[in-house]
Amino acid sequence: MIYFDNAATSWPKPPQVKEAIVRFMDEIGANPGRSGHLPSIEAARVLHETREVLSICFHVKDSSRIVFTHNATESINLGLKGLLKPGDHVITSGMEHNSVMRPLRDLEKKGIELSIIPCSPKGILDPLEVEKKIQTNTRMVVLNHASNVTGTLLPIREVGQVARKHDFLFLVDAAQTAGACPIDMEEDGIDLLAFTGHKSLYGPQGTGGLVIGVRVKEKEMIPLKQGGTGSRSEFEEQPDFLPDRFESGTPNSVGIAGLLAGIRFVLEKGIEQIQKHEISLIRKLINGLKEFPQVRLYGPESGLDRIATLSFNVAHLPPSEVAFRLEREFRILCRPGLQCAPAAHRTIGTFPEGTVRFSLSYLSSEEHVDQAIQAVGQLAQE
Amino acid sequence: MSQGVILFPSIHFVLHAEKMIKGKGFSIDLIPVPRQLSSDCGICMLIEWERKEVICTLLEERGVKVEGVHPLPQKEN
Repeated sequence: MIYFDNAATSWPKPPQVKEAIVRFMDEIGANPGRSGHLPSIEAARVLHETREVLSICFHVKDSSRIVFTHNATESINLGLKGLLKPGDHVITSGMEHNSVMRPLRDLEKKGIELSIIPCSPKGILDPLEVEKKIQTNTRMVVLNHASNVTGTLLPIREVGQVARKHDFLFLVDAAQTAGACPIDMEEDGIDLLAFTGHKSLYGPQGTGGLVIGVRVKEKEMIPLKQGGTGSRSEFEEQPDFLPDRFESGTPNSVGIAGLLAGIRFVLEKGIEQIQKHEISLIRKLINGLKEFPQVRLYGPESGLDRIATLSFNVAHLPPSEVAFRLEREFRILCRPGLQCAPAAHRTIGTFPEGTVRFSLSYLSSEEHVDQAIQAVGQLAQE
Repeated sequence: MSQGVILFPSIHFVLHAEKMIKGKGFSIDLIPVPRQLSSDCGICMLIEWERKEVICTLLEERGVKVEGVHPLPQKEN
């Protein structure tokens, strides 16, 4: 079987991820930081160490500014709903996932103004367009780092500079890039970094987080939920310090134990090496599929301004049929349709039918790519 | 040898402190906060009292927030 649906969740995971999960279940098991007994302290050590390795990944100076959530969607919701108030203006792009668009559309109904920067049909965003949309009440720019539809990388560093220059916050949705592309909170000018654990960080589902940059006043940021944190138990008010302020309730410690093993795998391989390998695979795939005139490819072709996620269509076949036949006839798993990103499909001109999406990982191989090219070629030439 | 405890605002900083001073020759342990003391966090760090200055300076240099340093209260009979 060839698994090309890594943009939804990566599979397979490195074996050490499952081993860490089993070890946590067998040997630790306790609730982190809730008691003074050793397993509880050990569980808290797992969470602390995971924050530490994440701070290496994203160049974060103070790991207490990394808050665990269940996924990038929760992190984006926390960043947006925790900070935006009626009367604020937000800028986003025409390439966003519904994890950004749905909370923004909801906030729009509550008095938050929204501007959407159009992108080119390849999903490319011109950073100058951001400056054109700035208003006196602009509070935040929200962008995905890479599109989950076309794999196009957005110019976050340039936009980060614009955000610093005009003194508004910059939220980056790194669901598709955390672990697969270098990210530097400081150099990229990011104030809020939403990441997921179960994609290119190779952790299990139900793990993720939000990095809260030093320009964000966490005491003024409203948590999505309040409750027990294991700290300040004598008070009925929510703690105002990080990370506890945004981490109420028992966390997914066992999942985070797996995530820690996943991140260690990523750091051991090196993010630059991972990126290099994935780019070489996606280039091979693009070059192979380009040979078939019946196949239409979307997004950038060079390989340098993209990640290893590719959308395409086969002229005479609807995306859902291509995906179904790829699975049944060739045992290739992919994702057809709109991939939860109608805005991106409107931008690239594939709404409402959508596309077929192949998304690779570091654990994909050249053989997988060769077989996929052959399979798509066979369907295209029927 | 007399002992003391360092209190921290949250478990994150207790563990951060532990990581920062691990392997540097200090004899430390993490224990529940003695009931005579009050802390924002239920766990604290047990240290050798005479080394409190060295440890606190080291933690300060590494940006670890310390809530307080106290001699270990005597056990009540």
